Amino acid sequence: MIDLLSFEEALEKFDPALGLEVHVELNTASKMFCGCPTEFGAEPNTQVCPTCLGLPGAMPVVNRVAVESAMRIGLALNCEIAEWCRFARKNYFYPDMPKNFQTSQYDEPIAFEGYLDVDVDGESFRIEIERAHMEEDTGKSLHVGGATGRIHGSDYSLVDYNRAGIPLIEIVTKPIKGTRDQAPEIAKAYVAQLRELIVALGVSDARMDQGSIRADVNLSLSPAGDGALGTRTETKNVNSLRSVERAVRYEMRRHAAILDGGGSILQETRHWHEDTGITTSGREKSDAEDYRYFPEPDLVPVAPSREWVEELRGTLPEPPRVRRSRLQADWGFSDLEMRDTVGAGALGLVEETVASGASPQAARKWWLSEMARRANDAGVEITDLGVTPAQVAEVQRLVDAGSLNDKLARQVFDGLLAGEGTPGEIVAARDLAIVSDDVALGAAVDNAIAANPDVADKIRDGKVAAAGALIGAVMKEMRGQADAGRVRELILEKLS
Amino acid sequence: MTSIQDGTRRTAAELADALAAGEVTSVELTQAHLDRIGAVDGAVHAFLHVDAEGALAQAGVADERRRAGKPRSMLDGVPIAVKDVLATRGLPTTCGSKILEGWVPPYDATVVARLRAAGLPILGKTNMDEFAMGSSTEHSAYGPTRNPWDLTRIPGGSGGGSAAAVAAFEVPLAIGTDTGGSIRQPAAVTGTIGVKPTYGGVSRYGLVALANSLDQAGPVTRTVLDAALLHEVIGGHDPLDSTSVDQPLPGLVEAARLGATGDLTGVTIGVVTELGGEGYQSGVLARFHESVDLMLAAGAEVVEVSCPHFVHALAAYYLILPAEASSNLAKFDAMRYGLRVLPDGVESPSAEEVMRATRDAGFGDEVKRRIILGTYALSSGYYDAYYGQAQKVRTLITRDFEAAFAKADVLVSPTAPTTAFKLGEKLDDPLAMYLNDLATIPANLAGVPGISVPSGLAVEDGLPTGVQILAPALADDRVYRVGAALEALLAREWGGPLMDQAPPLVEEGESA
Repeated sequence: MIDLLSFEEALEKFDPALGLEVHVELNTASKMFCGCPTEFGAEPNTQVCPTCLGLPGAMPVVNRVAVESAMRIGLALNCEIAEWCRFARKNYFYPDMPKNFQTSQYDEPIAFEGYLDVDVDGESFRIEIERAHMEEDTGKSLHVGGATGRIHGSDYSLVDYNRAGIPLIEIVTKPIKGTRDQAPEIAKAYVAQLRELIVALGVSDARMDQGSIRADVNLSLSPAGDGALGTRTETKNVNSLRSVERAVRYEMRRHAAILDGGGSILQETRHWHEDTGITTSGREKSDAEDYRYFPEPDLVPVAPSREWVEELRGTLPEPPRVRRSRLQADWGFSDLEMRDTVGAGALGLVEETVASGASPQAARKWWLSEMARRANDAGVEITDLGVTPAQVAEVQRLVDAGSLNDKLARQVFDGLLAGEGTPGEIVAARDLAIVSDDVALGAAVDNAIAANPDVADKIRDGKVAAAGALIGAVMKEMRGQADAGRVRELILEKLS
Repeated sequence: MTSIQDGTRRTAAELADALAAGEVTSVELTQAHLDRIGAVDGAVHAFLHVDAEGALAQAGVADERRRAGKPRSMLDGVPIAVKDVLATRGLPTTCGSKILEGWVPPYDATVVARLRAAGLPILGKTNMDEFAMGSSTEHSAYGPTRNPWDLTRIPGGSGGGSAAAVAAFEVPLAIGTDTGGSIRQPAAVTGTIGVKPTYGGVSRYGLVALANSLDQAGPVTRTVLDAALLHEVIGGHDPLDSTSVDQPLPGLVEAARLGATGDLTGVTIGVVTELGGEGYQSGVLARFHESVDLMLAAGAEVVEVSCPHFVHALAAYYLILPAEASSNLAKFDAMRYGLRVLPDGVESPSAEEVMRATRDAGFGDEVKRRIILGTYALSSGYYDAYYGQAQKVRTLITRDFEAAFAKADVLVSPTAPTTAFKLGEKLDDPLAMYLNDLATIPANLAGVPGISVPSGLAVEDGLPTGVQILAPALADDRVYRVGAALEALLAREWGGPLMDQAPPLVEEGESA
């Protein structure tokens, strides 16, 4: 274990250059080159056929929807779309790769030369995109026995080919320079905002935790002010936005320590360990690694017509950052409020809740406090919680109408999550509505006055502030369902 | 001869007519061919697997359809054999390799599916050079096939099994595959008909790829008309093969019937300068020139055309083929199917060690040789000099064809430079073996169709020779028209088909 240089010292001596390779698993109904379904989580080896199992004689056929998704991603990243491109075979042996070559694209990607502007601390930073290309995923190995879950030291391995052949788009940036101390943050922001774009395009589930978005982080350092690119490492297995940031920071400090000690960086693949926050050496990736790419002879070239490209351009959603500024202006959110909303993955939910009639602040309040907490407790994404924006808006409408207060509203959400029906039905069934009927309230107020004669005297003496204690007593008797404003009025009327 | 024995001597077209007329049943025919296989295949070894039970069951169903007046096709009930490189559901498929020993595919190749759909009972799977690498069928891991004309000689390759099965009257029809001549060269040396269709004309789905950009399945028969009938059953677009041509086949049977009149008026025949002369056996050339003279006499115009880049075809082919093959064969890794060999003396071997031991034990020398060649040709730093350069040669050869077809409707040459050589003769000399495909390879590089038609027996050894007729891509009808014409013209000369001159096989003498 080496002693890392501090982040500050690393920056003092070196300039970082980043490169990000993001794999996006498309949400097409069928695989890249066959008709097998792509649903996540099926029984192992139940979504396979001769083609995706690589049986002798089987042949691939390109999934048109996947090509369309690839082009839409390319267009959204301001890329050129190839007029003619081919698939290529990337040859290497691995047990979870059925054909021992991956059908990918090599020197003829479907999309190239684009950019994504990302917002970092309110400033825009342009990330140049080198290419976005189509390829197929591999199967998944499960190494049984041994301490690490890695192939080394395991007793045996099982392979699930359900994932083999699922369409992937690999998006590769050009070297990102000039980030200085913002390197970790920019890397994170890029992946986050790329993910946002993918979500807006609707072409992927975009779940980092399920591996439908996977980031590989390339990093190199060069002596401060030098300008040239140093030797890079490629860190794999970076499965969360936070890890992207941490991995960049870690590798910067590790590289700096090695270079500062007069050592040199080994060009290699490294594994990120979420738990310990470090990277370890994977396989060595030198120039000797030769994938023997050549054009896939079983597939014909992909030559999208310009009409098709323009038709797809017409289907692009509003770019997320444009949408963000528009919504922020519409809603009057502060930068902090906006960032929290985006960070919680609740932008779309708040938007829909507002569209269903709630005020922006109310919508934000429910999603970011109540719903975020419940999602966190349940261990699900906020979008998968099971409460809809329309329901949240309806609850808020009841609050605005004075039928519910916040405390009662939370009980309505309990009911919604328990599947007890609509907000109105839950209010009725649980008897949650606020009581503002003077007869019922008057009785409770009389009881409170009788039970607290000293407080009543104070109010009679003009100490109106003391009314709070009597309101509390009424609320207690009414199980929180009293209209607090009306109770105050009644108390003051009776004691005036 | 009884009528059943007679059945094995008849053409598929005749059998189809007899079935349609109710003169014979498919079960009788199938049984007759199974009996013939039983009698002669011990000597010929054309089959790797015979499915008597399955074939008879399919024949029984075909007979029911005939009785009900609902045949699925003209060839419904006519038995066929399939080269062991095509996946057959429920039937072993080995590609002539130990590494696939025992593998039973869970699916049918499209060609096989179409045979089944047309009602042809599948008798079994025929022998071949391992993964179709070879020109003699000696590279089969299951022992060589012998030439029915002379059992000490090779039947050509890689589809020697299909050609020998047809030549030995074990089956009237067979499917072969042709990557550099593997249908046409065996046809030439066994006195049979072999057709390599236009690239993309017949689906490759389920054909275990040797070289994907060159492979093409096609008919192996004893007459041109039979080949046309079979071609129309297996050909046509297949959505499972992206490289298959999405347009209707030209009328092949019609073209064969037209050609059978023997009239070639209005047809220009180009003799390719580069495919003849040095390296060709004199008896082969003599029969070739006789054929050209006959066609001239039948009204054809004959011109000489030059295809200057053909001299580089063999070199380009032996870069492209191994390159593609090295990648195709990577899937044979013991992980999912086929042979699995555990390395000796290794306590708990890694996946990589198992792969290595399996591939070492499972592949033969010729396969290993080509994997090494192909891996080298694709390596970084060599790609441009080898694979890249070979692709350029390929383009030049395609242009040669285009220029030649501007002058002639079809091109002709001897199919193979020599007649069948002795078993073992070229086994230790890969280059001499590769030269067998000198004349057939250009058609694969350019994707054009070709047929081999028997042109007689070479004077010096009395063995069959063949003429190759090539046509532009998608003009497969031309090879049938000219092929049928030549067949008819030669039959008039000989007083019957060449196969009538084939010597009886040893077992026939014994059983007689």
